[in-house]
Amino acid sequence: MNTFKNSLQKIFQYPSAVAGLLVVFLLVVVAVYTLVTIPYEEAVRLWRGGEDVWYQNPRFAPPAWINYFSTKKYSESFAVNTKDNQIAKKVTPGKDGVSTFEITYDFDFSYDVYPQEMLLYFTATYQEKQPFVSIELLTPDERRIRIANFAIANEFTYRFSQDEKLRAKLRAEEVIPALFTAPDADVPLKGKYQIIVTGTTFEPDSNMDMEFVFHGQVFGLAGTDHARRDLTLPLLWGVPVALAFGLIASVGTSVLTMIIAAVGAWYAGWVDELIQRVTEVNLVLPFFAILIMIGTFYSRSIWVILGATILLNIFTGAIKGYRAIFLQVKESMYIEAAKAYGASSTRIIFLYLIPRMIPLLIPSLVQSVPAFVFLEASLAVIGLGDPVLPTWGKIIQDANSNGALYKGYYYWVLEPATLLMITGLGFAVLGFALDRVFNPRLRDV
Amino acid sequence: MAVVTNPPAENVVVKKAGYGGTFMRVSRYVASRFLTLFITVVIGIYLTIVIANMGGYVDEIIKGEIRDRITQAFIADPAVQQMDPEVRKKLMQEKIALEEKRRGLDTPIAIRNARYLSNALRLDLGRSINLTSDAGSKQVRLIILERLPATLLLMGTSQLFLFFSSIFIALSLSRSYGSIWDKVVVALSPTSAVPPWFYGIFLILIFAAALKILPFGGMVDSPPPANTFDYAVNVLKHLALPGLSLVLSSFFISVYNYRTFFLIYSSEDYVDMAKAKGLTSRNIERAYILRPTLPTIITNFSLLIIGLWTGALFTETVFLWPGLGRTLFQAIGQYDIPIIVGSTIIYAYLLSITVFLLDFVYVLVDPRVKIGG
Repeated sequence: MNTFKNSLQKIFQYPSAVAGLLVVFLLVVVAVYTLVTIPYEEAVRLWRGGEDVWYQNPRFAPPAWINYFSTKKYSESFAVNTKDNQIAKKVTPGKDGVSTFEITYDFDFSYDVYPQEMLLYFTATYQEKQPFVSIELLTPDERRIRIANFAIANEFTYRFSQDEKLRAKLRAEEVIPALFTAPDADVPLKGKYQIIVTGTTFEPDSNMDMEFVFHGQVFGLAGTDHARRDLTLPLLWGVPVALAFGLIASVGTSVLTMIIAAVGAWYAGWVDELIQRVTEVNLVLPFFAILIMIGTFYSRSIWVILGATILLNIFTGAIKGYRAIFLQVKESMYIEAAKAYGASSTRIIFLYLIPRMIPLLIPSLVQSVPAFVFLEASLAVIGLGDPVLPTWGKIIQDANSNGALYKGYYYWVLEPATLLMITGLGFAVLGFALDRVFNPRLRDV
Repeated sequence: MAVVTNPPAENVVVKKAGYGGTFMRVSRYVASRFLTLFITVVIGIYLTIVIANMGGYVDEIIKGEIRDRITQAFIADPAVQQMDPEVRKKLMQEKIALEEKRRGLDTPIAIRNARYLSNALRLDLGRSINLTSDAGSKQVRLIILERLPATLLLMGTSQLFLFFSSIFIALSLSRSYGSIWDKVVVALSPTSAVPPWFYGIFLILIFAAALKILPFGGMVDSPPPANTFDYAVNVLKHLALPGLSLVLSSFFISVYNYRTFFLIYSSEDYVDMAKAKGLTSRNIERAYILRPTLPTIITNFSLLIIGLWTGALFTETVFLWPGLGRTLFQAIGQYDIPIIVGSTIIYAYLLSITVFLLDFVYVLVDPRVKIGG
């Protein structure tokens, strides 16, 4: 055990190993944080929920921090609601149950790129007579633009860009740029805008509320995809999924491989022969093709794929390598001693043979993690990702199938790719350092 | 590509004293080896067949598709509209049964599996179910032959370049152990944990999307250039990114492994002895380092050559390269069992023949090795 401790201390002499350890540690922290703050059901709801989960987000929006690096400033998104008192709502009761509502909201627009869209979501309560609203926009140069007048039902959505009447009135090709441009100019007019909604309800108990959603060109920490979904969620959830897949697969395959190699070497005879033949059959089987077949025909669940991956990776060339070393260890004196005092075969295999191999096991285990993390991503990229879970591979696949690189949405690919790269390299670097510490044969070369 | 650093010569035993009946020993060994390899191939292929139709589950999918298609055709066909519903139903059932018979779905799955197996073992690849070659043929042999050149071009150029350049660089690094370049290679070797298609995405981003100097994917422009020279240049342009990503993803680990391997062999006593005798480093390398490592190098090279066959499934898919890997992927997506089995049987045969022959090659290149101990 002391040598084990010494080896661990040696790890800290390698700066790359420290970096690798740090990355792994950070990933574990993020994974735990994600699982605690966004439980599984919540993650699935946010990822697969539907339009009412994502309606506040713009489409194809890069992360907001690109404004720090860009000379052109992209407008940020926001959503405000009268129910949360983010918008001032003034109610003046009048005669015969008629009341007037005045809802005003000021916002600064000091960006160089027009927003994607503006939306007003109305909710109203009434018995028979629908409330009536009229919308105006006050621009920084003191123009007062009449947007629209209409009666609202229980729920009503007004989309600025879809209003054909408004478009005709503005004599513009598109509504949003026309609203945010001064007459005879062709760049956005910066300054304070005010949206004024005046409404009338015609019944004593009638009430109305409004949500103002502004779709800018950038969104949040990670941006959004084609379905307006916030990419922070899959990026965060990708961490526990990648770690779980990578670690379970690598621990499962390495430990099972080692146990089977030890059993074969210890019992020899037909057991050993059988293991050898199974290994040879497994080498003939097309690994990726079988995984893809399982994904296509049977189940795309990440756990099924994980199980198949482990099964197909047990009987590989590694079993032959371990077997050769076990055959040597089997002849050593302490095994003779164990046999002499009458230790059972299981006792010898699990307490005397396998512990000797742990120094060999740990580096190869850590080194095989990236391969499995990337395997999950690879399957997702060709369209066989888990249908429910948000993962990094799924983001890349969504991006690819929506032509992200072709259309210039680089953030969409770069964010998951960078995380995959960091995870893969973290484990790989750590594994290499461990290999040099634990395998003295390699230490001096 | 993983580099095997130990010769996998499990049945090759270092010479022991005593002979007697060399011919008998060798022939007994050859026969038993041949038999085990053949049984291995048979079991491997049978398992692939069973997985490829998911124990009969794929049959249900195909039957459903047939029923659906014929029903749709009947609904759309004005000629049968006038018929008596009973007659129409009977006609439809007959047509479905006929189609199922044509596909061989009326025979039990076990018999069909056995038939697939015996046909595959005789390399009678048969006809595909859905996929066709670009020329319109459904012969699995023709489909595979049509996609083979694309895969050989991509895999061949990248893997051969990788193999020779990494051995050459590794040799010169092992000579200057501890130099700055040596350290760079050691430091960069973990980058090979990243698969080729992943480098591919970055390369597409840089060279195709941002710089716009190379194409996003495919093998040749559409329409292809008429002139042969232009055609070749065009293919090379398309080859650059997938080829580069295949090379990038294995380059450093490959150099690192060979370098470590050569270093271990150059610390042998006989190498020190040769140095003491005053031989030139060129001679030492050729006769004392490369010679004993030859079995491993040959093993790696032959595994590389048969590895060309499988293509690069993910890289080909990401780059839309029309090779065997992508064909296999498409075949799986369309439940095309003959193509899956065909691709697997050829790989299995290539692998077994190579493993079989390697035993003899070891004897030729290494006088210390003897067949069948």
